[in-house]
Amino acid sequence: MRFLLVEDNLELAEAVVKRLGLDGHAVDHAACLAMAEDCLAAADYDLILLDVMLPDGDGREFLARKRAALETPVIVLTARSQVSDRVGALDQGADDYITKPFDFTELEARCRAVLRRRGGSARNEFKLGTAVFDPNSGTIVQADQTIDLRNREIRLLEVFARHPGQIMSKSQLLDRLFSHDAEVTENAIEVYVGRLRKKLDTVGVRIETVRGLGYRICP
Amino acid sequence: MRLACLAFGLGLLAQIGLAQEIEVEAHRFYEGTSDSVVRVISTADLDVFEPFLLEFQRTRPAIGIDYTVTSSTELHRAMTQDHTFDLAISSAMDLQFKLANDGFAQSYRSSATDSLPAWASWRNLIFAFTSEPAVVVISRDDFVRQPKPVTRQDLIALLRENPARFQGRVGTYDVRVSGLGYLFATQEARASDAYWRLTEVMGRLDPQLYCCSAQMIDDVASGKLALAYNVLGSYAAQRIAEDDRLEILVLEDFSNVMLRTAIIPQSAQNVEYAGALLDDLLRAGMRDTPSAWVLPPLSDRRDPLPAAFGPIRLGPGLMVNLDQLNRRAFLDAWESGMEQR
Amino acid sequence: MITQTLSIGRRLTLLLGAIAALLAFLSWGMVSSFSGQAAARTQDNVLAASVATIAETLRSEQGTVRLELPYSAFAMLGAISEDRVFYRVSVAGETLTGYDDLRGGRIPEAPGEVLFDTLEYRGETVRMASISRVVLAGREGASVTVSVAQTRNGIAAVTAGLSRTAAVLSVAFFVLAAALSAIAARASLRPLNEIAQSVSRRGPSDLRPIRRPAPSELAPLMTALNRLMDRLGQSIRRSEDFITEAAHRVRTPLATVRAQAEIALHTVTGEEEKRSLRRVIRAVDESSRSAGQLLDHATVAFRAEDLDRSPLDLSDLTRAVVESLSPTAEMKDISFAVTTAPAAIRGDAILLQTALRNILDNAIKYSPPETTVSIQVTRAKAEVQVEICDQGTGLGAGPVAHLTERFKRGDNVEGVVGSGLGLTIAEEVMRAHNGSLTLRNMTKGGTGTCVLLVLPSA
Repeated sequence: MRFLLVEDNLELAEAVVKRLGLDGHAVDHAACLAMAEDCLAAADYDLILLDVMLPDGDGREFLARKRAALETPVIVLTARSQVSDRVGALDQGADDYITKPFDFTELEARCRAVLRRRGGSARNEFKLGTAVFDPNSGTIVQADQTIDLRNREIRLLEVFARHPGQIMSKSQLLDRLFSHDAEVTENAIEVYVGRLRKKLDTVGVRIETVRGLGYRICP
Repeated sequence: MRLACLAFGLGLLAQIGLAQEIEVEAHRFYEGTSDSVVRVISTADLDVFEPFLLEFQRTRPAIGIDYTVTSSTELHRAMTQDHTFDLAISSAMDLQFKLANDGFAQSYRSSATDSLPAWASWRNLIFAFTSEPAVVVISRDDFVRQPKPVTRQDLIALLRENPARFQGRVGTYDVRVSGLGYLFATQEARASDAYWRLTEVMGRLDPQLYCCSAQMIDDVASGKLALAYNVLGSYAAQRIAEDDRLEILVLEDFSNVMLRTAIIPQSAQNVEYAGALLDDLLRAGMRDTPSAWVLPPLSDRRDPLPAAFGPIRLGPGLMVNLDQLNRRAFLDAWESGMEQR
Repeated sequence: MITQTLSIGRRLTLLLGAIAALLAFLSWGMVSSFSGQAAARTQDNVLAASVATIAETLRSEQGTVRLELPYSAFAMLGAISEDRVFYRVSVAGETLTGYDDLRGGRIPEAPGEVLFDTLEYRGETVRMASISRVVLAGREGASVTVSVAQTRNGIAAVTAGLSRTAAVLSVAFFVLAAALSAIAARASLRPLNEIAQSVSRRGPSDLRPIRRPAPSELAPLMTALNRLMDRLGQSIRRSEDFITEAAHRVRTPLATVRAQAEIALHTVTGEEEKRSLRRVIRAVDESSRSAGQLLDHATVAFRAEDLDRSPLDLSDLTRAVVESLSPTAEMKDISFAVTTAPAAIRGDAILLQTALRNILDNAIKYSPPETTVSIQVTRAKAEVQVEICDQGTGLGAGPVAHLTERFKRGDNVEGVVGSGLGLTIAEEVMRAHNGSLTLRNMTKGGTGTCVLLVLPSA
């Protein structure tokens, strides 16, 4: 997927780009509205992450101005938390908002929710053996059979699908699957991997345990 | 003050005195069941007034009535001197009016006085309860072959052309003596110049002069008079009803209509009963159903009078002829007309 | 509270009414006085005519003064009223005819001149006109005075009647004027009332300038009011901007720290380092949540003071909040079971959303993964209820009531980030809406906490 991040804080932007890159998304970064205009003119994006306070203007005004000609879904990043502000962002055409500082898992969840609402695109699909996995809708389609996955199963499968053959440690998976507000042990990962294995049985895709290191997917 | 006002007020009374005895023509006392007595002084004859008094006593048997008949001038004198009466009834409107004007009457108000027509009372002091015309009474025998006069012109012509027939047989009031006669004469003189010519014509016929209507009618009835001029119509009507030798002529040019009036004197002691009697009188005066009482009501529909001639007006104009200078001048003119021999 | 003095409308009405009363009284006095004078003049004229008529009949006859009282001289007096009439004709002071004691009037000097006197006669006040004329009696001229007097009952009656009529008219005038005054006062105050109404009808945050035609007297007030609102709006905007700016300045670095820490988590391998990084992230989360809730709390306190009571449907509101929180719930595979019924209430949408968001946030936070949070909006008689139940561990054994107090947290929440303000905020919102918040442990079908919100329905 191709994202456009409009954010003037470079450190934050760098971290977001890096993190979303881990999920296989290509993220272009624009530090101001003028740059964002240029990017929008040059490329097609699946999603825009738009900061509200930018050096050359208010992101919401930019959004209101652009909305008519823009098909791309928008998630507004705001430092405020007042409901009125959020409602205002939605009124001006944002598909969702997220309050800084944000949990990447939450950001990903919201992105996925927005993309799902907008119908998504084929670019984000993975071939797993004989089946097709769409992380946006959370389904595996094989012939005329459709397997529904739960949110954490989707996340887990997406991580494996993006790194075929690569060993993912329990600790890595933990950070990708859970936000940090709850104490979760690595045992939880074993539970989710177990569930996913069961669901992938019919597809002919295996998740191998690499003793002492972690897991990897074998298509 | 009283002395002073008497001094001018009644020039005709040669003999002026304080509380002098008045000349009483008739007197009757109707005893009541209690000690209360209402004293009435009136110019109306007893036989005319008795039916009313008896009717009054029938509804109020407790009240005794002391009824005194006198002439209008005597009545006026009685009022201005210290005589005590509770009700004064007179046919001499001018004298009655002057009593009211000069403060000898007291104000009285009741539902009966309030329902009187405006012209029939003055200041709640003086109240009219009859309207009675002055008429000519003739003896039928003397007018068998003669057309009856219709106007004063006819009468003047008749008397002038038949001096022999009417010599000594024409009667009228002696205006020097009769208050009512004086009232009729002065009002007629003001209204028509025919009066003085008539006086002149009558004066040549050796006229008989009377104090009162009743005697004139008697003399016409007996044939002593062929014609009596200015007789009180109400008295005449009563007599004609029982004597077909008499006939009333109502002259068509005009007729004087006198209002019989009552006042409650300032000296009245029994105002309550006087008021009750007055109310009954006024109710009788306003009756609109035929009644046996000879005195006609204020507006008598049966009266043949042309409507144009209203009654003599109750007002200060009446006082003009009581002025001593005017009276003197009028009587001088009258005497020179009436007494030509 | 503003001390209320007498209202302008009443003041205006009273003032105009008092003026009307004064004018009515003055007009009554004037009409009475004029009518009295007119009646008196009429009487004087008739008396003058009467004496003149009598004086014309004066003549000399054989050396003595003679006269003839004309009927009309007295009749004309009787024509205007029923008044008593007295007269006297004197020659050089000696009564010739009439009422001898009618004396006391002035004797006119010039021939033809009529003098009027008001005097007491026979216990009554009389108006007397006198005229003098010289009549040749014998060889000498004799001065003859004619006086005619009349009581004044007639003019008193006429004056009283006119005065009564004038009084009735004055009262009618007054009543009419007072009614018109009230109408006029109301009409002239209508623009003021309309402006006051349009201002009071506005929502608490509507600071747009008042744009409506106003009478010139109110223009300065309107301008001042608009300027005040403009300044207020600017200052609110400024403080909002300040808060926004401050939040931005605080949260952006926090966001950066958090993001960088998360990135670092992927690159470091040592368990010890990872644990420290997680602790950093949790600290950032805690402080940002605290900041958010403090801000919410301030918002609640501010808005609750002048509560917006717009009609709204609590079910719509609940669904919107649920939808906005569903991605967060999804992360833990928590599902929402929402049942709603039409629930019309009057209230502040922003506050109610804040309350619901805080409660749902809590519910998500304390729920184990892959459970269901049920939200039920029901309507009973004059009440609307929202019940939110999770399938968490419940409230524990501690007292329930104090959980909504500020910064209090339950005693079994180890490992969950939270400031403890969430329920406090929700309860304050409920209280501002005359509603209530109750907490209880789920009684049947396992553990869990239920929050019951009760609001009066519209």
